[in-house]
Amino acid sequence: MVRVSLRVNDEVRSVDLDTRTTLLDALREHLQLTGSKKGCDHGQCGACTVMVEGQRIYSCLTLAVMHEGNTVTTIEGLGRPGNLHPMQAAFVKHDGYQCGYCTPGQICASVAALDEIKAGVPSHVTADLMATPQVTADELRERMSGNICRCGAYSNIVDAIIEVARSPA
Amino acid sequence: MKFDTPATNNPIDQLKVVGQPLDRVEGPLKTTGQAPYAYEWQDVPGRMAYGYILGATIAKGRIAAIDTAAARRAPGVLAVVTHENAGPLGRGQFYVQRFLAAPEVDHYHQPIALIVAETFEGARDAAGLVRARYVEGRGAFDLAAQRDTAPVAQRAPFGGPPETAVGDFEGAFAAAPVTLDETYTTPDQAHAMMEPHATIAAWEGDRLTCRTSIQQMNWGLRDLSLALGIPKDRIRLISPYIGGGFGGKGTVQSDLVLAALGARAAGRPVKVAMQRPLMFNNTIHRPATIQRIRIGATRDGRITAIGHESWSGNLPGGRTEPTTLSTRFLYAGANRMTRVRLAVLDLAEGNAMRAPGEAPGLMALEIAMDEMAERLGLDPVAFRILNDTQVDPEKPERPFSTRPFVECLRVGAERFGWSRRSPRPGAVRDGAWLVGMGMAGAIRGAPISKAGARARLDARGIVTIETDMTDIGTGSYTIVAQTAAEMMGVPLERVVAKLGDSSFPETPGSGGQQGAPSVTAGVYAACTKLREAVAHRLGFNSADVTFADGEVRSGNRAVPLGQAAGAGDITVEDSMEYGDLSQRFAQQTFGAHFAEVGVDAYTGEVRVRRMLAVCAAGRILNPKTARSQVIGGMVMGIGAALTEEMTVDKRRGFFVNHDLAGYEVPVHADVPHLDAVFIDEVDPTMSPLKAKGVGELGLTGVAPAIANAIYNAIGVRVRDYPLTLDKYLEHLPALA
Ligand code: FES
Ligand code: FES
Repeated sequence: MVRVSLRVNDEVRSVDLDTRTTLLDALREHLQLTGSKKGCDHGQCGACTVMVEGQRIYSCLTLAVMHEGNTVTTIEGLGRPGNLHPMQAAFVKHDGYQCGYCTPGQICASVAALDEIKAGVPSHVTADLMATPQVTADELRERMSGNICRCGAYSNIVDAIIEVARSPA
Repeated sequence: MKFDTPATNNPIDQLKVVGQPLDRVEGPLKTTGQAPYAYEWQDVPGRMAYGYILGATIAKGRIAAIDTAAARRAPGVLAVVTHENAGPLGRGQFYVQRFLAAPEVDHYHQPIALIVAETFEGARDAAGLVRARYVEGRGAFDLAAQRDTAPVAQRAPFGGPPETAVGDFEGAFAAAPVTLDETYTTPDQAHAMMEPHATIAAWEGDRLTCRTSIQQMNWGLRDLSLALGIPKDRIRLISPYIGGGFGGKGTVQSDLVLAALGARAAGRPVKVAMQRPLMFNNTIHRPATIQRIRIGATRDGRITAIGHESWSGNLPGGRTEPTTLSTRFLYAGANRMTRVRLAVLDLAEGNAMRAPGEAPGLMALEIAMDEMAERLGLDPVAFRILNDTQVDPEKPERPFSTRPFVECLRVGAERFGWSRRSPRPGAVRDGAWLVGMGMAGAIRGAPISKAGARARLDARGIVTIETDMTDIGTGSYTIVAQTAAEMMGVPLERVVAKLGDSSFPETPGSGGQQGAPSVTAGVYAACTKLREAVAHRLGFNSADVTFADGEVRSGNRAVPLGQAAGAGDITVEDSMEYGDLSQRFAQQTFGAHFAEVGVDAYTGEVRVRRMLAVCAAGRILNPKTARSQVIGGMVMGIGAALTEEMTVDKRRGFFVNHDLAGYEVPVHADVPHLDAVFIDEVDPTMSPLKAKGVGELGLTGVAPAIANAIYNAIGVRVRDYPLTLDKYLEHLPALA
């Protein structure tokens, strides 16, 4: 067991953890933040996507002890019912989900993907690596492909993200 | 309440709330991570322990010895459940699989032990210390090898008769001037819902409460009671949020049984989530099929003979994949036959997955129709329109309740720009891409069953509905609330829908696309009773009372709805039962799917470029959530067409690609913008809501539309799903 301190959703949380505990299980089982989902536990689905130091990662693929002192943002940190983050509101409006199990991961990944585009990070489908990447449906489909939705809400998710990207900040 | 004559005008027809494209009522909970799924409940009394399932590593045989001593000594381990200490276990009624190898092993990854420990990590670690010695038996894993020997299936509940015959099929087929006789294969497919099967089980004395993830509470209760040998009334199941099911969570799977056993052994509440790599070989799946289709037609394209034979395999006692279902209803033709054969296979159980029978059946039939149209020199849409039927082709005296199939085809062709399709395959080129268009018809039964609901009105005018119906992403919460809001004349915000609790009135749950029509009719019945009770409390004559704008009105009196409950809540319960309308009318949903694909002329890579679905499913209760179900089906159909296959290791007897990296479901980059529209219709023979389900219709016909588009693009006919490029690469048109 080892004491780990994380800054989760703007709050410092310290907890004694088994060194084998993943960041995902630390959030879900020890910090009661069950918004991040476990779909596979093997880095194959994206349901566990959270942001660490502003970057999206699969929280099932990393151990909590590796994140001592890190800043973690989960779905619970983006917004709450009654005070939704614009991306959460857009998912509701465009019905960008069905069962909802992939949804927190999709939303965290969406927010991070837009930041990546803004920061000029290219993707596999960016035609010109020297030009600033644009928010296009193809860019989003490529960048969001690490997040599986078996309910098949993809078309609506892309609509939701584009609406957020195009609305004045 | 009894529904035995077609519906006339009723309060639902106001369509102030029902029929509106409203956002899901539970949306804010799901998008903020506040909706609790099975594994996530924090309110369970007692200190939680963790269970980890260990699966068998042989496909067939028995456990000769299982040594759990080291595991039991491992730090934090509380119990190890095996067949040696579990006590006798029964099976459920719908799935035939056994929940524990005891000690016979029926299929790979059948559970052999549950390790219960203080922590997940501890349980997982200890699972690695269990030593099992097996005596391997000989199993059968190859469906094709049993094609000549598999017997005709026994008649069983669900899926229709294994054999049907009308007229003289063989004679008419032999006499037909234009014929087709081809064989198609579909692979084993996985539901691969995103939330793994999961349960938190807690005992209080001899009472068991399980937070779990199953689609049909009533079956769950029945099957868990059979499995554990305890009466139903000592069990409570709670599944208000379900992370997808598609039939894979129809009823009890081993996570639920093992969690209950683990909790009993440890004397603590236990949570179990089936590990993803176990799900594919442990739980049920859609079994592979071989399908032979024969069609005979006159030279001008009228079908005179249609025959569909099908083979699938299963564990002993398991059900067939009833692929011939749709062929019995979709097209005209005086001479017809269907036959379903069932082989015994020692793979994981085959059972219901979204549109069982119909989805793989149409994967074959609708390629066959495309091939036949080509042989006849007819446009595939025109060929289908020519062979439409407005009566049950097996019983011409029985009409379809509604059947706007031709309208689906026409509207779809028009919207999709079908007239731009080149009838000559391989003729359209866009840069490196060979471009093709394809289409397919869609049909899915429209069952409806008895469903109940409880309705309560309080003094604030809030209407609360309780029913054991589940929401697996289908939108049940929203349509239940819409129905109650319409009936009681209140806005959606004044209705609270509570679902997924076995202590609530019984419904058939989510399955067979009957959930939406069934539960809304149950809510209608309960609200009808509530309206009567309200009128009675207010001293109104219930015959001339209207419920609107939060008020109850009669003559020139109008009072706020909540006032009726001023002296205390009014609670009523009722259910909707059905007469013989489903016998008198063939009740089905219909659709047409259109797809445009590009196939890379050099590499054979396929990209779906555009897709359109046109669906007819009676009244659409909520066009927003209904459309989502349809596009979700389209996505699953893309997977069925292009990538999804559980590959059988025929030597060792298991599905090799048993995780989400190896079993390839569509991802964002595989899916273009999807278009889905509904035909404006109502079906008064269904229920007062005049609605049918749509969730399974959205899948049927999608994969063959894509397969036909690929043929149109490259001129190579592939009859073996999925259409991976190894099956046509060497036959691609020569490059200019
Ligand atoms: S749970 Fe982390 S990627 Fe699936
Ligand atoms: S909403 Fe169900 S998996 Fe995406």
